[in-house]
Formats: sequence, C-alpha cells, structure tokens
Amino acid sequence: MTFRYLPMTDHDKRSMLNSIGVESTDVLFSDIPEKVRFKGDLNIKPSASEPELMKELAQLAGENINTKDYTSFLGAGVYDHYIPSIVDHVLSRSEFYTAYTPYQPEISQGELQAIFEFQTMISELTGMEVSNSSMYDGGTSLAEAVTLSAGQTRKKKVLVSKAIHPHSLEVIHSYAMGQNIEVVEIEAREGLTNLSMLADELDEETAGVVIQYPNFFGQIEPLEDVQEILKDSKAMFIVSSNPLALGYLTPPGEFGADIVVGDTQVFGIPAQFGGPHCGYFATTKKLMRKVPGRLVGQTQDEEGRRGFVLTLQAREQHIRRDKATSNICSNQALNALGTSVALSALGKNGIKEMAYQNMQKARYAKKKFEDAGFQVLYSNAFFNEFVLQVQGSVTTLNEKLQEKGMIGGLDLERVHSDLGGHMLVAVTEMRTKEEIDRFVKELGDVYA
Amino acid sequence: MRNEDFPLIFEHSQEGRVGFSLPDLDVPEVDLDIEVPYVRSTDADLPEVSELQIMRHYTALSKRNHGVDSGFYPLGSCTMKYNPKMNEDVARMPGFSHIHPLQAPESVQGALGLMYDLQTSLEAITGMDQVTLQPAAGAHGEWTGLMMIRAYHEANGDYNRTKVIVPDSAHGTNPASATVAGFEAVTVKSNEKGLVDLDDLKRVVDENTAALMLTNPNTLGLFEEEILEMAEIIHEAGGKLYYDGANLNAILGYARPGDMGFDVVHLNLHKTFTGPHGGGGPGSGPVGVKSDLAPYLPKPIVTKVQERYVFDDNRPDSIGRVKPYFGNFGINVRAYTYIRTMGAKGLKQVSEYAVLNANYMMRELEKDFDLPFSQHCKHEFVLSGKRQKKLGVRTLDMAKRLLDFGYHPPTIYFPLNVEEAMMVEPTETEAKETLDEFIEAMRQIHQEAKDNPEIVQEAPHTTIVGRMDETTAARKPVLRYLK
Repeated sequence: MTFRYLPMTDHDKRSMLNSIGVESTDVLFSDIPEKVRFKGDLNIKPSASEPELMKELAQLAGENINTKDYTSFLGAGVYDHYIPSIVDHVLSRSEFYTAYTPYQPEISQGELQAIFEFQTMISELTGMEVSNSSMYDGGTSLAEAVTLSAGQTRKKKVLVSKAIHPHSLEVIHSYAMGQNIEVVEIEAREGLTNLSMLADELDEETAGVVIQYPNFFGQIEPLEDVQEILKDSKAMFIVSSNPLALGYLTPPGEFGADIVVGDTQVFGIPAQFGGPHCGYFATTKKLMRKVPGRLVGQTQDEEGRRGFVLTLQAREQHIRRDKATSNICSNQALNALGTSVALSALGKNGIKEMAYQNMQKARYAKKKFEDAGFQVLYSNAFFNEFVLQVQGSVTTLNEKLQEKGMIGGLDLERVHSDLGGHMLVAVTEMRTKEEIDRFVKELGDVYA
Repeated sequence: MRNEDFPLIFEHSQEGRVGFSLPDLDVPEVDLDIEVPYVRSTDADLPEVSELQIMRHYTALSKRNHGVDSGFYPLGSCTMKYNPKMNEDVARMPGFSHIHPLQAPESVQGALGLMYDLQTSLEAITGMDQVTLQPAAGAHGEWTGLMMIRAYHEANGDYNRTKVIVPDSAHGTNPASATVAGFEAVTVKSNEKGLVDLDDLKRVVDENTAALMLTNPNTLGLFEEEILEMAEIIHEAGGKLYYDGANLNAILGYARPGDMGFDVVHLNLHKTFTGPHGGGGPGSGPVGVKSDLAPYLPKPIVTKVQERYVFDDNRPDSIGRVKPYFGNFGINVRAYTYIRTMGAKGLKQVSEYAVLNANYMMRELEKDFDLPFSQHCKHEFVLSGKRQKKLGVRTLDMAKRLLDFGYHPPTIYFPLNVEEAMMVEPTETEAKETLDEFIEAMRQIHQEAKDNPEIVQEAPHTTIVGRMDETTAARKPVLRYLK
C-alpha cells in the first residue's frame, strides 16, 4: 500500500537497509522486547482515500448546526465576530503554520517579529507594560496568573469573583489544587462582584484578587473601587478582560492591575467548538522575569540590523526545569498571529467602532426585550451581553429557536444552578437590527 | 529604525487609513457616556494600514521564516513532519470551525462523534483504557496526568507520595510539570548505553515515589529495553508510570505504552499526528489512562449513550476542568483526519520509515561525527560535536552553518547528558534524496571545520540577518514597540 505522505520506495528502502547493514526494518525494532511488541493491526477504522474521506467528513461537519448558517446570540466567552478575510489568507502562508518555536532567529524573523507586534498590541489594549507571546486560552492564562501571584507573594490564598467565567473558575480550582492554594469565591450581587465581601475576605494572607471586566454576565465591574480596596494590600490585582471591550473601556492597567489576562478569540479566531483560541498574559515590568511562557525581545545582529529573539528564557522549563515559573512550552503562536492580523486590519479606529457597535446593538436588543415585556436583570453598565429572564426552560426555548434558524443565548442553569429560567444573551456587531427584532419576536411568540 | 531595518506594521501606519469594513450602525444610538463609567481617554495605538499593506507586510514576514514547507526541518524531539493540506481544509469546514462550544450537544452531534471516535482511536493506538482530549498541549497533558496520579494516591490515603522521578535526559517540561503539580522532581541517571540506570532507579525509588516519567524511545532516540523491569520496580513501590508521548512517532503499531506497563500517557497531536506546529502552537495534548485512573480524568468526557453522544459531567472524583470547553478541537479535527487517512497499516509504515530514515542518516553521519551510543536508534538520534569542538568549531556554529544550506538545524545542546549534542529527527515524510543532501552538507561542514573553521565559526553568511545579540536582549529587554 502506498500513501501520499510517505515517499519511501522499495528501491530506496533496499538501498538504505543495505547501507545500514541490516536485512529488514524489523531488525531496527529488535530492541523492543518480545513481550511488549504489538502484534496484528491497531483496532482503528481503515484508511480512506482523499475524496472518500473529504466526503465523509463534510457529512459529519454537516451534522453540526453552525453559526454561518444560523443567527447566533450565544456568547459566554466565545463570540461570533467579524473576521476579515485577510486573516486566514495570512495564516495559510505555510512558512508560518509549518514552522515551530523560533529557536533559530536568523530564519525565524517573520514569526518573531509578528509576535513582537502582537505583544505590543496587547500592551496597548490592556494598558500594561509587558505582554507575553500567548497562552493556551483565557482560562488557563488566568489560572497561571493566580499561581504566579501565590509564587511571587509567597501567600496561599486567592479571592476569586464568582462573576468570572464558570469554566475559568473551575480551571483556577484545578491549578490551585496543584500548588495547594486556597481559593475563596466572592459571591456576585446584582450581577457584580460583592465588593464588601471582597473587602472582608482580604487579609495579609491574600496573594491575589481576581475580577473579570466585563464580567461573565456582561456587566462592567467597578475596577476603581477594587483598586481602592487593594490600595494598602500586597495582594496582586488580577483582571481577566475581553480585549475587544478594551477598545472602548478604560484599560485595567489604568486601575493599577498587576496582571491582565484574557482570550483574543474575539480578534480573528473562529469559535472552533471552543479551541484553539488564544490566551494573552500582560503584566508590569516588575513581574517581567516571572511571566510564564515565551517572550520576544528586540535586539540587533552583528551588523547592527534590528532583529528579534526569544528572550529571558531563564524563566522557562527547558532551561530552569523544576525551578521554572510555569511548565508551558507550546503556546498558541499561530492564533496570536491571526489576532495581530485582525488587529492590524481593525486598527485604531476599527476596534473602537466594533466595540461601540457591540455596545449599541446589545442596548438596542435589551430595550426591545424590555418593550416586549421581558425582564432584563441588573441595571449596571454592560458591554455586549445581558441576562434575560424567561418563563420555563431556556434549553427548551433554544430548541424552538433552532427550528427558526437561530441559536439562542446560554441557558445559565447549565453553569449556575440557581439561575434557571435565565438566558445570557450576546449581541455582537454581526447581528443586524432585523435579526435582533426577529429574535425578540420569536421569543415573544413562544409565550403568546 | 534604520533604513536597512525591516519595518514593523506600526511603521507603515498613517492616520486615516483603514483595513476593515464594518456595516453602518443600523440601530438607534444611545449616549453611552451617560451609562458607561470607564471610557478610554486615549485610543489603543493600533496601526492604521490598508488591506494590501497588511498583506504585503505579512507576506514579507512569511518569507523571513522557515517552515517544513520551505525545507528540511530535522528538529529532534519535535517531529517536524509534513502537515497535510487536506487536514487544513477539513478543519475549516463551517460545521467544524464555526460551532460554539456551548451550543446544545444535540446540535453538534457530528463534533461529539468525531471527538468520541478520536478518543477511541487514541485508546487503540496507545493501549490505554480511556482518553481525554481536553489538554491544550504536551506540557498541559503532563500536568493533567500528574494531577490524576496525585488524586489517585490521595484517594488511597497516600499523602506522602511527593516525588516524581525523571531521567537526566528528560524533556524540561517533565520536571517543570512535576513541580507545578505539587511534586518534587528527582533525577535518575542514564547508564553508559544511554538508558535509565536500573540500579540508580532502585536507589531513588521509595515509599514517597508518586511516579516515574519516561519517554520511550527516550530523548536519545533509544528504546528503553528494560521497560518491563522498570515498570515492575515502580509498581512494586506503589508508584505510577507516566509516558511522555513526544516520541510516539517511533513505535506506532510496533509497541503500545499501555502494553509496556504505563499507567498514564500524553500525546502531542501536533507532532505524531500532523497538527501543524504553527510557529510554536497551538498543539493538542490528549491524555490516556488505565482504568484505575479513569475516575480522575478531567471533566467532562464525551460518552455514547444509545447512539447519541453526550458530555459526562457527573464525575465526582475528577481532578476538575483543566481547560475551558473541550480542548483544542480544531487541532483534534486535523489529527483525526490524518489517522483516518493512514489507517492501521499506514500508521505502522509511518514508524517503520521514520526509524529507517533515522538509522540511515545516523550510520552515514557517524563517519564524521561522534555517536555516543552505537545501537540502532528509533525515530531520532543524537550526535556529539566533540570532535569538531577540538577543531574550534562548536555545535552552535555548525547549526548556524546549516542555515546557509537552507536547512533548519537539528535540536542542539539537548539532551543535557551529551556534550555538544545535535539531535536529528528526519521523520518519515522526507525522501532519501533530501536525507542524502543533508548528509552531504554535514560532511562539508565537517570538512570546513578541519580546513577552514572560520567559515563555520562566522556562519550564517546567507541569511537576512546574522547572529543576534541575545545578551543585550536579555539584559535590557525591549518587549514592545514604542514610537
């Protein structure tokens, strides 16, 4: 049998065996003890030709309801945003996607410079001095921020708002378990972190405080008040932020944040059933030598030409081994590149316009729902999501919406057992007035 | 910026240019300033460039980058094989790329079915009982596996198992993952054959041993022949055996970690299973376990109930969630496409040819370079640049000289237990002609080291930039552009 990815011919095989001085390839495997040698064929599906497999997988993909064909109001951390066509054209340059970590700067200037530009853009958006080259996603980036705060302050307690993404909260718990860090959850009240509880729980043992801005319910947390609570504390101020919102909102850096993390899925990365997305990790110069993951720095070659290299590698696992600040190795470089392209396309004005449209459209949707007699929870400032109260099961409602070509908002009961009958609705710049009107009408009709 | 410097995207920026196209706002506007308390006082300083400027910028950057499609990339331990284009097309189908992770599971049965089938395939390939696709990369998988081992020991009341043993030749992620999972990393030495020294293993194993982490074949590309004895030593001491799947490309269809006594396995789908390396990621790092560790797998797990696929969240002993949503699905789609393309016979051929290519190169290159361990290798091998060092040419110099021949050099100075190491992994997707050309280049470099060492010491000569001043980069870090 021959495979298009395997160029070996019988002739080459014989000649190579000859040169090695063995009779067959089996001899090369003779160091595998007889007892552990696998006999027979692996029990997997048989190989399929390119046309057959393409057809089969297209059918499988077709079994999924997708957000190109359906109108989606589902967000909760992953959003349907404008992805300029140019993004995928750049990502399809195989010099980028078939390369690995740029360990040889002379032949990796493309990747290194693209990441340097990414770091700059993230610094601009977050208002922080330093950004790394990417993390797996927003959730694990947040968990790494938590463990960094514990390592740096040598304290073992973190206060985490319950108004952050519930999956991120779960990931924080998992990472904290590894490092024996105590996680104290701060309740939400009226859609915002209960700051008096936060102030009560804050003590000398607190390593860090975690707030999401805008939070999981779309509400804009009063970072100024958190900053005030933390002003005499050594605890680190950790903010998880949707970077699109930071095109419009005051960046966390201006509120004294020590670490700002989040996910750049909103810039040029398709939902892909939850991954790969792209975490970012931004911090202060003071913490620069503690940052997890890779950093790209500017330097010059022997001729004085500007160039870029991986730098401060003494933090990393391949040098520091068991003393490393984190175990991360592979990251999300290609998606960081996609984000850079999307942010280059949006530019200074586009990001503001996009964030603005999200806020305007979400407010229009909220008003339409209220006019139609629905109750929308909370009266705080919000970004592009809000919590809608409905009668009965949101999941059942969503099934009906799907028949009408729409994907409804998240059934909050799936992540917060006390929020049955509540839907988290996301309205991005991709939704038209007509689509919003139809969404409100269809939901209203279900009751009528 | 000097004239000869390659511009940054920010240096193309001119006020008033746009590269985006959004529709006009079609809803009535409200005054946001009244409601929103925190509005940016200054705009984020992103570039203002046209679409063609962006495309030219990144096209030019791509030309300043070497990938597998550009040329041979024998970077040991990283399995830089060909990334099939079909995989890219499949992953971009809207039914895979534009589905939301929190859609009703009933509306994404195709995606769940693919995940289930991939899990089952990886179970068969590794000989493990159950697989999770949640970890995002190899190191993430390592940490996930170690957290499960920790949960297992703690469930048995074994709170004193605080040590994880790693060989001196191990990947740096192994000891780092052990630390992050709350363990202390303990080193076991290699013997003169480049394999784990069993006597030293017996010395370091005790009642505090939680696990031994191994790659097999190890980072020298050598199969740990005494794997069953090692498994016995660890298991008798009550520890677990962890398999780092970075080198699985050597043994597909020939041997399975599950049959060697391993209890936990992570895989790097971006290595063995052709997920593109992306300039550093994204990867995907599924983890497989034997049944006694299955209760601790991260949640949720995809299961099949009466011909429908569901997420099983009801796992009380689970170590919890290690990643939002369900892993790097887009990479998993690519790996699944590859596995379905190759089938059982194809995957076995992959390892057969990966090993044949490596042995062929090793035997040719040992004529001019020191080979510290002489037995047959698996998918990769490690040379020492000791001989050339005596001539004043270091491994780093030879790596830089290879750039002039259009190659990405091998992994250098790793593993740590070989002086002036060069770790070569050709992979099965390279043709003999390519291997021969590389061998010829290495011979020439060896000859240059003898006759004209300066040409090697001062390399590279043909790249767009020369060797970088890394010392200044680390001493005075410049990590962002400032006008």
